[in-house]
Amino acid sequence: MIHFVLHDARDTVAVVVVEGVKAGMPLQGWIMDEDKSMTVTARQDIPIGHKVALCDMAAGDTVLKYGIDIGKVVAPIQAGEHAHVHNIKTKRW
Amino acid sequence: MSVISKDTTFLGYRRENGRVGVRNHVVILPLDDLSNAASEAVAHNIKGALAIPHPYGRLQFGADLDLHFRTLIGAGCNPNVAAVVVIGIEDGWTQKVVDGIKATGKPVVGFGIEQHGDHDTIMRASKAAREFVQWASEKQREACPIHELWVSTKCGESDTTSGCGANPAVGDAFDKLHALGSYLCFGETTELTGGEQIVAARCANDAVREQFMFMFNRYQDVINRHKTSDLSDSQPTKGNILGGLTTIEEKALGNIQKIGKKCTVDGVIDKAEMPTHPGLWFMDSSSAAAEMVTLCAASGYVVHFFPTGQGNVIGNPILPVIKLCANPRTVRTMSEHIDVDVTGLLQRELTLDQAGDKLLDCMLRTANGRLTAAEALGHREFVMTRLYESA
Repeated sequence: MIHFVLHDARDTVAVVVVEGVKAGMPLQGWIMDEDKSMTVTARQDIPIGHKVALCDMAAGDTVLKYGIDIGKVVAPIQAGEHAHVHNIKTKRW
Repeated sequence: MSVISKDTTFLGYRRENGRVGVRNHVVILPLDDLSNAASEAVAHNIKGALAIPHPYGRLQFGADLDLHFRTLIGAGCNPNVAAVVVIGIEDGWTQKVVDGIKATGKPVVGFGIEQHGDHDTIMRASKAAREFVQWASEKQREACPIHELWVSTKCGESDTTSGCGANPAVGDAFDKLHALGSYLCFGETTELTGGEQIVAARCANDAVREQFMFMFNRYQDVINRHKTSDLSDSQPTKGNILGGLTTIEEKALGNIQKIGKKCTVDGVIDKAEMPTHPGLWFMDSSSAAAEMVTLCAASGYVVHFFPTGQGNVIGNPILPVIKLCANPRTVRTMSEHIDVDVTGLLQRELTLDQAGDKLLDCMLRTANGRLTAAEALGHREFVMTRLYESA
């Protein structure tokens, strides 16, 4: 069972692709571009389609997905936490 | 190996101007909001006629009016349409739409309501529609080469699974179609924000790149002029955010997966303009689903790929919309809307090549006559893009 996927090995967030991810669950990940595996432990419940942080990040850090900048961290995030609009914002508009 | 090659054919309707359609609609086309009632009455009278009601057409001017005419005439010219009855409040602009469609050589006639009233107009238009429907019903499908199938794409109610699964599946299909010399189209100008340099780098030459960046920056100016701090939960949308998309950049990078890995961007068109040569075209367009799909129909595309994550239910009256989805929850809860299930992509059970082929197989079946989910469910969203206020 693949619990989360990421596009690029440099990504700092990944997408949960199954329902029912709960805090404390060890998660299996798939790096799509390189066809490799990785793991992270969920620190919070994360809905399907939402992102899990893959490393600790501080406010002001750039978030990488697809190996590319998708915005900035606005509240500290720990690896395994839910990464979304409460801790990440756009750099545009 | 791909399910399509240069020898692949589909069963289409060849029109008077040589273009090929995959549907055989007789359309009752209102020029303006006032003519919807008569148009719908005609479509009710004559079985097999299809009214396309819409809310605009009065007191528009300048570029906004040009776009109104381009959209209506383009929809009437679409090869999925066999014949057209135009109904307008007055004769002048009605005739303008008739003349625009007549250039294709297909049967078209117009009726003005003023000095006649609805009853007389409905009677005269119904007589014309009855003749057109019976004439069209004798048209036969014939084998046509795959490169004559014009295919457009736009995604909607996207979530993170769109960028990981459904959009790359479209990209794979586009790469395969592009290699065979198809006419392809993508757009959604604002939803490229954060990935515009990737699209620019894919442009076939500097002239196309310059046109693309002109369109991109023009739309950014519109956003900057009207924006609120959070873009009013419109980019990303509430549905996008619920689905896990956080920023416009993330949404854009997912969106761009639809243009594949190999195709070049070969040309740029403004809204509802018609492409002039094969290849992948960027159309400057709204990112709202029904607006963009309507513009694709007006540009002459005959099949549409619509990847969704959270489950957009859109259809179009004349352009069959094929929906694909990689989100297992959406496929489970909204199965009646999904034509192609690519959830296997995210569990490593389906390769991208297989997912692209699955979509192309559905495309061929749709082109040959199979109704899409949206067609079977009666989704006929025809939404015209407005540029600014009426006079």
